[in-house]
Amino acid sequence: MTEPVTHRDNAPDPAERKAPPRQLTLNVLRYDPRNPSVAPHLQAYKVEEADSMTLFIALSEIREHQDPTLQFDFVCRAGICGSCAMMVNGRPRLACRTLTASLPDESTLAPLPFFELIGDLSVNTGKWMRGMSERLETWLHAQEKELDLRRVEERMDPDLAEQIYELDRCVECGCCVAACGTAQMREDFVGAVGFGKIARFRLDPRDERSDDDFYAVIGDDTGVFGCMSLLACHDVCPKSLPLQTQISFLRRKLATVG
Amino acid sequence: MKTIVTDVLVIGGGLAGLRMAIAAKKRGHEAIVLSLVPPKRSHSAAAQGGMQASLANVAKGVGDNEDVHFEDTVRGSDWGADQIVARMFVNTAPKAVRELAAWGTPWSRVRAGDREVIINEQKVKLTERAEAHGLIAQRDFGGTKKWRTCYVSDGTGHAMLFTTSDQAIRHGVEVHERTEALALIHDAERCYGAVVRNLVTGELTAYLAKATAMATGGAGRLYRVTTNAVICEGMGHALALETGVAALGNMEAVQFHPTGIFPAGILVTEGCRGDGGLLRDVDGHRFMPDYEPEKKELASRDVVSRRMEEHIRAGKGVPTRFGPHLWLDITLLGRRHIEHNLREVKEICESFLGIDPAEKWIPVRPAQHYTMGGVRTDHTGQSPTLKGLFAAGEAACWDLHGFNRLGGNSVAETVVAGMIVGEFIADFCDKPENSVPAPLSLAREFVAREEEKLSLLLESPGRENPFRLLSEMQQIMTDYVGIFRQGDALLAGVAQLQGLLERSREIGLSGKSRAANPELVAAYRLRRMLKLALTIAYGAYQRAESRGAHFREDFPQRNDQDWLKRTLAFWPEEGATLPRLDYEPLDVMKMELPPGWRGYGAKNYIDHPDTPRRQQEVEALRAEMQGKDRHAVQDALMPFADKLPAALAGRNERIDEPLESAK
Repeated sequence: MTEPVTHRDNAPDPAERKAPPRQLTLNVLRYDPRNPSVAPHLQAYKVEEADSMTLFIALSEIREHQDPTLQFDFVCRAGICGSCAMMVNGRPRLACRTLTASLPDESTLAPLPFFELIGDLSVNTGKWMRGMSERLETWLHAQEKELDLRRVEERMDPDLAEQIYELDRCVECGCCVAACGTAQMREDFVGAVGFGKIARFRLDPRDERSDDDFYAVIGDDTGVFGCMSLLACHDVCPKSLPLQTQISFLRRKLATVG
Repeated sequence: MKTIVTDVLVIGGGLAGLRMAIAAKKRGHEAIVLSLVPPKRSHSAAAQGGMQASLANVAKGVGDNEDVHFEDTVRGSDWGADQIVARMFVNTAPKAVRELAAWGTPWSRVRAGDREVIINEQKVKLTERAEAHGLIAQRDFGGTKKWRTCYVSDGTGHAMLFTTSDQAIRHGVEVHERTEALALIHDAERCYGAVVRNLVTGELTAYLAKATAMATGGAGRLYRVTTNAVICEGMGHALALETGVAALGNMEAVQFHPTGIFPAGILVTEGCRGDGGLLRDVDGHRFMPDYEPEKKELASRDVVSRRMEEHIRAGKGVPTRFGPHLWLDITLLGRRHIEHNLREVKEICESFLGIDPAEKWIPVRPAQHYTMGGVRTDHTGQSPTLKGLFAAGEAACWDLHGFNRLGGNSVAETVVAGMIVGEFIADFCDKPENSVPAPLSLAREFVAREEEKLSLLLESPGRENPFRLLSEMQQIMTDYVGIFRQGDALLAGVAQLQGLLERSREIGLSGKSRAANPELVAAYRLRRMLKLALTIAYGAYQRAESRGAHFREDFPQRNDQDWLKRTLAFWPEEGATLPRLDYEPLDVMKMELPPGWRGYGAKNYIDHPDTPRRQQEVEALRAEMQGKDRHAVQDALMPFADKLPAALAGRNERIDEPLESAK
C-alpha cells in the first residue's frame, strides 16, 4: 500500500462521532406468569444510544441501571447460540445481532409467541426443542455396531459433507416457529426447524432411516402436510437456512411415499 | 426438602458434561445433567476454528502423529502441563473425532487433487492425495508443526455440540435446564451431590449422587472484556473452591486474545493479521513495529496482546464511553480478499458493529479468552482431595494446558476428557463401596444453609448494588490482573478486591422475589466470582516468574528452579478474604520432554537443577533405541498406556500407519 500509515480517511468520521447520541425508547412487554394479578403491560425504558450498540447491550444497561427485575435470555451474545430470539417491532429476530442503529427512536420488544413464557422476554424454547427432538428422533440412526475407534473413519464426499453442514447450521432459536401461520393454529405442528432436521438426516448416508420412516413422523397435518406455504419461516431464519426448498422437497418426496 | 437421587450428577451441559453423561449412561448408570441454559446454547458452540487430532490426512499433515501433537502441547503449555495427561489426550483425540464422525458430525472432508492456499502472503499450490479423498480434513493453526485441526467449516463447536446433545437425547440423558448448583454437598472427604436452585421458580432441591462431575466451562466474565459467553462466570470453579477441601489449580493462568471486537469482545480471527492486517492507534499510527520490529503484528498471541495493552496504558487508545480501544485495519487487503477469505469477519463486523471492514477500521482490544486453571484433578478426572468430585473441560485443571493453551486443544479437550473421565466415573460407580447411602441429614444441613443465605440476601438492608460491584471487579481484574502483571499493581488489585468482597456482604436488593430474579442471581454469583478473582490475583502475585500467559514485568524470566510447580488454592474459611495457596512440584525426572526453549518467544529461562540430568537420560535412551518403533521409544521414556481406560486404549490408524492386526 502506498498510502501513509497516518492516513485516516478510513477511520470513522469524527463529525459523525460527535453527533449527540439518540435517546431510544424501548417498550417492553412485561408479564410474570407466576404473578397473574399484574396484567401483561408495556413498560417504556429510555436508553442513551452508543456506537455499535446492540439490543444485548441496551437491555443489559437497562437491567443494570434501571430495572434489575427485567427478564431476558442472552448467552453467547455473538449470534451463535440462538438464545435471544424475541419479537422486535413485530418480527422475530436474534436480539444480540440487532444493532440499535437499525431501529427507529421508539421500538417494541415482546417475547416470542407460541413458546411457554417464563417471564417478560424469556421463553422456554429449550423444552419445546427437546420435545421436538424426541418426537422426530433427531439423531443419526445407525446400527449400534461396536465402533472400533482405532480405525480410519468412513469416507464421505466433500461436497455432501458441506451440504449436510448447510442444514446442520440451525441453532434452534425458534424464530421460524414464532413466525409460522400453522403453528399459531395447532400446537403440535413440528415447524420448519423440525423439517430442517429431517431433511438433514435424510441427506446423510450414515442414517439408515427410509422415507417410510420419515413419513411416519412428519407425514401428516402436524408435519409437512400441515404447512400452508406462507414461508415466513424462510424469511425470518437468522441463519438463512434454505427452508423453502427443503419443505417443498420433503413434501414432494413424502407425498409419493404416502 | 425435595430430593432427587441419581448415580452421576453432571453440572454443566456443554460438550464435556454431555459426553461424561453419555459415558455413564452407556455403562448402565443413571445420569442427570444440570444446565443454566438449554444445553445446545452452551459456550462449546462458540469454538469455531476446530479441534486438534493427529489424523494426518491432508498433505500438510503427513507425518503427524501423537508424538508431534504431544510436543506441541507441552511446549505450548510452557512445561506446565501434566505430561501423562497430555499423552492420554493426544492418543484419544483421533478416537474422539472418529466417534463424532460415526455419530453424524459433518466434518469437512479432503478433496483429492490440487488446490491453492495462501501461506505467508504467498499463493501456494497443494496437492491432496487420492487415498485421502473423503477422509476428515485438517487446517493450519498457530503453534503446531503440522496441519492438525479438524473442522466443520466455520462452525466446528456448534456441529460437535449438536451431535453430542442429540446423542444425549437418544440415550435418554435427563437434562434439567435452567437450574443452578449453589453448593456441593460434602464432608471432609467425600462429595455427595449438590444443592440446586431452579432459576425459574427459585425452588431448592438436594441432588444426591455417587459421583458429581463439574463441567461448567470457564470464568471469562471475571474480566471486563472477554470472548466468553455471559454464562461463563466460573461458578463450577467457585463451588469446588468453597468446599475448602477440593483445590483449584493454576488459576493465575489466563489466556488473552489480541483481537476481540470492541466493546462486545466478540472474537475476530487471527487470520486478519495473518493475511496482512495492521494494528493502529488513536492517531492512526501503526504501532506494532515500534515494539516488535521483527514480527510486528504477527508476534505470538501473548506478545501482541501485551504490546496493545502497553500502548493503551501510554494513552494511545481511542477513548469511548466504554473505555479505550485500538484499531484493526484490514482495508488494505481489498474487498475481494475480505469477501472471499474473511467472510466470517465481514459478517461479524456487519452484525455487531454495523461497519464494512473493507471500508472502515475495526475497533479491537485484547480480550480474556480462556481459563487454563480449574478444579485440580488426577489423571482420572477426580479431585485428589475430595472423593466423588470429578471435573472435565475448561472447568478442570487436569492439567493438559499448563500455563498456555494451544489453539484447537480446548474443544478437543471437552470431548476427549468427557470420554476418558466419563469411563473413570463409570468405574467409580461400579464399585460397591462407592454406593454410600445418601446422607440425608447432611443434605438437609446444606439446603438449610443455602436457604438462609438467600433469605439474608433478600432481607438485607444493605446499600451496595451487585451490578455496580461486578463492574468494579471486572475493572480491577482488567487493570491489575490482566495481560501485564507487576508485583505492586497485583498487591493493589488484591487489596481492592478484598474491599469489594467486604462490600459484597452489604448488598441490598431492590426486588424481593425468591423466584426468577436476575438481581438476586447477580448478587450470589458476585460473591463467588470475587473469591475466584482473589484466587487469580493472589496466585499471580505470589508467582514471581513469567510462564506462558502469566507475564510478570518484574520477573520476566521463566524460572524452573523455583516455579516448576502447580499452584493449588483452597478457601477453607467462608469469612476469609484470601485463599490458602499450596504448591505441587512437577517431577522433571519423570518427563518425556524435559523443559527447554519453546521454539518461539523469548529464550529466557532459569533451568531446574534436574533438567540437564533428565535431558541426558532422555538422549541416552533415544540413542540406545535408535531404529526402534516410535511407540516402544515413547513407552521407555514415559509409560502411560496403563493409565487409559481399557475401552479407549490402542494405537490410532492412519493412511501411512495401518494397524497390523484386527481387533
